Amino acid sequence: MRHTLVTLVEDKPGVLTRVAGLFRRRNFNIESLTVGHSETPEISRMTIVVNCDDAVLEQVIKQLYKLVNVTKITDVTDEQTVIRELALIKVQANASTRAEIIQFAEVFEAKIVDLTRESVTIEITGTEDKVDALCRLLRPFGIKEMVRTGRVAMLRGVSGNGAEKG
Amino acid sequence: MKLDGASIVWASLVKEGVTVTFGISGGKVIHLFHRLTEYPIHNVLTRHEQGAAHAADGYARATGKVGVCIATSGPGATNLVTGLATAYMDSSPVVAITGQVATPDIGRDSFQETDITGITLPITKHNYLVTDVRDLAEAIKEAFHIARTGRPGPVLIDIPADVQVAQTEYVYPEEVHFPGYRPTLRGHDRQVRMATQLIDQAERPVLIAGHGVTIARGEAELMELAVKADIPVVTTLLGKSCFPEDHPLSLGMIGMHGQPYANQAVQDADLIVVIGMRFSDRDTGSISTFAPRAKVIHIDIDPAEIGKNVRVDVPVVGDARNVLETMVRLAQPTNHPEWLARIAHWRADAAGHDILSRESDALFPQYVVRAISEQTEGNALIVSDVGQNQMWEAQYYVHRRNNTLLTSGGLGTMGFALPAAMGAKIGRPDDPVWVIAGDGGIQMNIQELATITQEKLNIKIAILNNGYLGMVRQWQQFFFEGRYSGTPLSGPDFVKLAEAYGILGLRVTEKAEAAPAIRQALEHPGPALIDFRVVQEENVYPMVRPGDSISQMMRRPKPALQDGAPEEVQA
Repeated sequence: MRHTLVTLVEDKPGVLTRVAGLFRRRNFNIESLTVGHSETPEISRMTIVVNCDDAVLEQVIKQLYKLVNVTKITDVTDEQTVIRELALIKVQANASTRAEIIQFAEVFEAKIVDLTRESVTIEITGTEDKVDALCRLLRPFGIKEMVRTGRVAMLRGVSGNGAEKG
Repeated sequence: MKLDGASIVWASLVKEGVTVTFGISGGKVIHLFHRLTEYPIHNVLTRHEQGAAHAADGYARATGKVGVCIATSGPGATNLVTGLATAYMDSSPVVAITGQVATPDIGRDSFQETDITGITLPITKHNYLVTDVRDLAEAIKEAFHIARTGRPGPVLIDIPADVQVAQTEYVYPEEVHFPGYRPTLRGHDRQVRMATQLIDQAERPVLIAGHGVTIARGEAELMELAVKADIPVVTTLLGKSCFPEDHPLSLGMIGMHGQPYANQAVQDADLIVVIGMRFSDRDTGSISTFAPRAKVIHIDIDPAEIGKNVRVDVPVVGDARNVLETMVRLAQPTNHPEWLARIAHWRADAAGHDILSRESDALFPQYVVRAISEQTEGNALIVSDVGQNQMWEAQYYVHRRNNTLLTSGGLGTMGFALPAAMGAKIGRPDDPVWVIAGDGGIQMNIQELATITQEKLNIKIAILNNGYLGMVRQWQQFFFEGRYSGTPLSGPDFVKLAEAYGILGLRVTEKAEAAPAIRQALEHPGPALIDFRVVQEENVYPMVRPGDSISQMMRRPKPALQDGAPEEVQA
């Protein structure tokens, strides 16, 4: 099963290596990992997606907590969450296909962020499923280049995450 | 007060109570060693950095204090790696300080540059690369705190040469601030109560004590609980000596080469109380068949150990001593005469399989270990190496005092014993310290004989010399068609070698010579080495085949003295 772990870490050198190294050393499988600033200075926020059973998940969380720089882990898999991914997709286009591509993008509420005679670059934000669906539609036109950020997640409602280990 | 980085290191070590370090100088720790003479710390110059790491580890295990090792950049630092991995696997508090090339040279493949923080990431509890002298004191404070608190472990601090020279205002922090590091020491009340209730109700309980009991100094509480609730105690290899082995409730070691009655007790138990151990495959055999009838209480300071290998009924996260203390208070005084009588019956049966119950003039290694045990009255601090010698030590030395066995249990590092014994002797100068090693392992750090002489360390060294890498040879005999590939081993003349280093050297080839030689070594005022030429193809019995249940032990056949097909015994 896929689990989403929101992980707060101290913004120290090497912390990403420590997390990634732990996954490799313990033979855990990362599906995606995103990292960026959080609301608290000097605390970074990672969203880690792992595909594993519950017993392994428990080990993943416990082993992550053993890293000195990890301050809090929340498994948001079964919670009410906002889950998003951002993708940039550069699609081959010409006079005859351009209109259809733009139309698809509009249906998905995606933005056209760059346009040339030979290409359309689309920015889409949404769940992975939504991004996957748009990709499937665009593939026949020829995807020249694509970048996906991986999943970021946040609990719905007013609760904050705090920077302290619970 | 302004100090340079090198002085800050020593001043901070003094603040941490460090009086001795183990290390070797080199190009990128010249500044550090230059300042050493200004501080009340003695550096033991080992002959190889691996020796320094093991010595620091041995010091830490023997004293419970942090052991410190020092190495230069590049090869000096990489030579520490085996020692740090050894300390990590056995939860030993070590701080390693390494020199690094100057910060502007990092990443340029400079002479003797290596990414030691990257290399040691998975074998340290934490590590630091200090690139600004203003961060140095804090890093040292944190390193010592992390190394010795919670589940102890090694921490490495990498200090570039220019940081050692740079000056800053020196203030040693009073406290550390870690938002993400707060070990749980106190067991959860409800969990401890539930655990104690299970103990009160159990009919066939067994206490399994691991290294955590020794680390937490919980031996007295373990004894109280065992006696009050009348529960037999088995230990892991690293748990040995946390419970006196001549006590009626002591069943000795479990596992692959454990006592058959200890394994049987665990397999028949309706409750096992597991304290400070991590269910290593060497202890449990095949996990699915381990203690099949037992409810499991697992007490450990590391939450990640709970449920890692074995399903647990009542987990208690906390310091072993703290939790045991509460359990002693809550537990009802009980007796288990029937259960103990059953175990006594198994124990009596085991005696017939014992090599020492046979008449023989041959110099068996088991006899040598037992002779050392008797001559030292079970009171010596033993540092054993890895392999057959380690198992024979575990089976035949009767430890009567707490924390008197240091050995590389987790990583199984051959070459550990000799340098670790140096650290142990320096940490506990009044204890008789014995190394028990094979002729293979002793040669892996034999250079430290020079350190022993230079430091005038009164260490006694027993080599169980059988001309093989014996444990692997045993596996080849049992499981690989008797093909002794890569295991026959020639050694130097160990007596002459000892003499070359200024150490008393003795050789024992006959059984009758063993006890007198041990006494001679004991009476000698300095270090002594005894080369015991033992029966070459002797095996460690009993043995659980890798992957088998610990109920299923290969045992020495009762009538034959040696060899012959081992007997299978089912518990």
